[in-house]
Amino acid sequence: MSEIKWPYANEFGKEENIECDVLVLGGGMAGCFAAIAAARRGLKVVVVEKGAVKRSGAAGTGVDHWESACTNPCSKVTAKEIAEAYVDEQDHLSNGIAHYICCEEGWDRLADMEEFGGKIRDTEDEFKGAEFRDEATKLMFAYDYENKFTLRVWGKTFKPAMHDEMERLGIKICDYTEATSLLTAEAEGKKRGAGAIGMNVHTGKITVFHAKSTVLAMSRPARLWLFNPDLTGLCEFRPMQSIGSGHSMGWRAGMEFTMMEKSVRAEFSAAGSSFPPYSTGNNHNTWYAATMVDSRGVEIPYLDRDGNILKTVSERYHPVKGQKFFLKGGVIDEPKYEYRGPETMPFDELMKRGYKLPFYADLSRMPEEERRVIWGMMIGNEGKTKVPVLDYYENRGFDPAKHAMQVYGTGWTSASFSDDERQLFGAPGGIMHDWDLKTNIEGIYASGDQLFGSDCAGFAAATGYYAGRKSAEWAKNESLIDYDRSQVDEEIERLYAPMYVEKGYGWKELNFALAKCMKNYCGAIKNEALLLQGLDLLKSYREEVVPQLSASNPHDLMRTHEVLDIMDVAEMVMESCRLRKSSSKTLCFTRSDYPEMDPAEDHHFITIRRENGKIVRGDVELDYFGDLKTEYEKHNQDYIEGGRK
Amino acid sequence: MKKMNEIRVSIVPCSADPIIYDDSRCIGCNICTQMCQCDVLLPNTEKGQPPIVAWPGECYYCGACVLQCPVEGAIRLEHPLMNRTKFVEAIPAPSDVE
Repeated sequence: MSEIKWPYANEFGKEENIECDVLVLGGGMAGCFAAIAAARRGLKVVVVEKGAVKRSGAAGTGVDHWESACTNPCSKVTAKEIAEAYVDEQDHLSNGIAHYICCEEGWDRLADMEEFGGKIRDTEDEFKGAEFRDEATKLMFAYDYENKFTLRVWGKTFKPAMHDEMERLGIKICDYTEATSLLTAEAEGKKRGAGAIGMNVHTGKITVFHAKSTVLAMSRPARLWLFNPDLTGLCEFRPMQSIGSGHSMGWRAGMEFTMMEKSVRAEFSAAGSSFPPYSTGNNHNTWYAATMVDSRGVEIPYLDRDGNILKTVSERYHPVKGQKFFLKGGVIDEPKYEYRGPETMPFDELMKRGYKLPFYADLSRMPEEERRVIWGMMIGNEGKTKVPVLDYYENRGFDPAKHAMQVYGTGWTSASFSDDERQLFGAPGGIMHDWDLKTNIEGIYASGDQLFGSDCAGFAAATGYYAGRKSAEWAKNESLIDYDRSQVDEEIERLYAPMYVEKGYGWKELNFALAKCMKNYCGAIKNEALLLQGLDLLKSYREEVVPQLSASNPHDLMRTHEVLDIMDVAEMVMESCRLRKSSSKTLCFTRSDYPEMDPAEDHHFITIRRENGKIVRGDVELDYFGDLKTEYEKHNQDYIEGGRK
Repeated sequence: MKKMNEIRVSIVPCSADPIIYDDSRCIGCNICTQMCQCDVLLPNTEKGQPPIVAWPGECYYCGACVLQCPVEGAIRLEHPLMNRTKFVEAIPAPSDVE
């Protein structure tokens, strides 16, 4: 390959020091809102983002719907009802605090978004008269049209609007900077956050951020089981660079996590085993509740929760008689009867009844507004669908009024994975926290995808803002704490090490090996002997391969750092699996050596952290967060009475 | 004393060409290189020339490059061939089925 000239400055060896009150790591939906909350409280705020805040994060190029905005003016449900339903739906192995925040404050963040210039209403009256539109407010709803708590939004407008608001508020944005480790110190016998270290991914410059409080707002882990060295960017659902570096940093600093033993069979990887999300005919999420047909043109029935065939399109968007509301969305897969909404007839039943493959989504059979809202508004605003799906297929001549889009595979996800190929989806594990979203380390808060049991954009926005608020309140009464400089020196040495290896392993080779390790030793079926083998393999990689990792530019060095972070998370996942000595349906967790399913004595949160190289287990009762509404109100009087800002 | 590697970079090809520039339209403003959160693009050191797709395999196909591009049609973003969904003329409902 012919060499090209590196277009950026070479700043290896340079160091910059930045001081602030609140440091936000990650500039996606959660991080931006965290920063805005703290800046509104008059504090000096810095955001560290690996890409560029204007379009970065899983919602960087859009989001088509906003779940659980229960306090919107049209909602017929309360935050308490929906948050408690989410907790119950997951057998209480669920993040009640974060879900309640999402349900109570998600709408407030949409109202903020509108102030910033984002579009949340059908101001042009494109859907005037549609059943899903409220004529007075021009708000539009998805899923449950009766209760109106999930909104359809024009999320393509969101990140640029937030970015401009952040600039207006004087928030310092450090784009193209990967946060790599947390700085900690001891204060009054407790571990406390002191800031973080980052590296510019274009120049190699190190920045040391010295802060009173820190908000973790980075991604959930990825590329643990799934790796494709050719189409690396399509390995997972979320962006290429979103691989769980925040989890790794937390793990190295002694942060406490929970539910990290939970993983699900993979659903999304456009690198081969599935199609890009929402780019094929399907009936879920963005496409709910598309009319589906078989290859003969016979319509596939939607059923209510009792198995009755629904006759109209409208019925797919309403709870059945006697049901208050139904749940649908990112983490809702096969909900309990109480919360189950309309679904198409199960695949096996369709086969038994002689329906013929392949199936298609046929929007031409839907009412015109329903068709346009799915293909047009929703596909035009979901992350990564506007350009490569909506524009692309329209350029190829696709017309939803005339054509039908094929469905692949045996389900609706157009995916085909083995049980050993897993992903952290369906409200996976993450950081353990209290009612302030504070971690076990003083001064460090967590939000969005870094929290356990996380799901959607509304969740990220609401918890981000909340963490920003709480971290600001804390920072107001604190001063900067000194930290031991050796942490910085050691981190720089770790970060730069691959730049000193002339010939060695590339990051892809190690990532590929880690993914195979996870499939072999931490796949669908876990057991102690295999997990120990996996951990032993990781240890050998650390000792033999890591010192031989090689990079020759800041970009590849950043990728190498990511794989080191993936290795930390792999270790945390395997150690977490070892701690749970039983199987659990709720956690999609099966152990061959402990096959008993959800025994009462284990039905609680098991937490994990690493202290001086040793694994420390904790056991936390279900519903440790207390009555959601009561506790929320106890902790947030200032917010409730202060105009919900 | 250890010696640090010289900064070197070359295009890392993959089986797909996610991002294609129309040389006649691209004005070389490099906004796309700044907006790509996966950092797959490098600004061309020759002024006014289209950016270089240095790491095409790391593209996540989010479309930020196209959305932020000031010139319509200067960038084409396309999924690998295997991800092309088939669509057909809508099939009429058979009259003999309920």
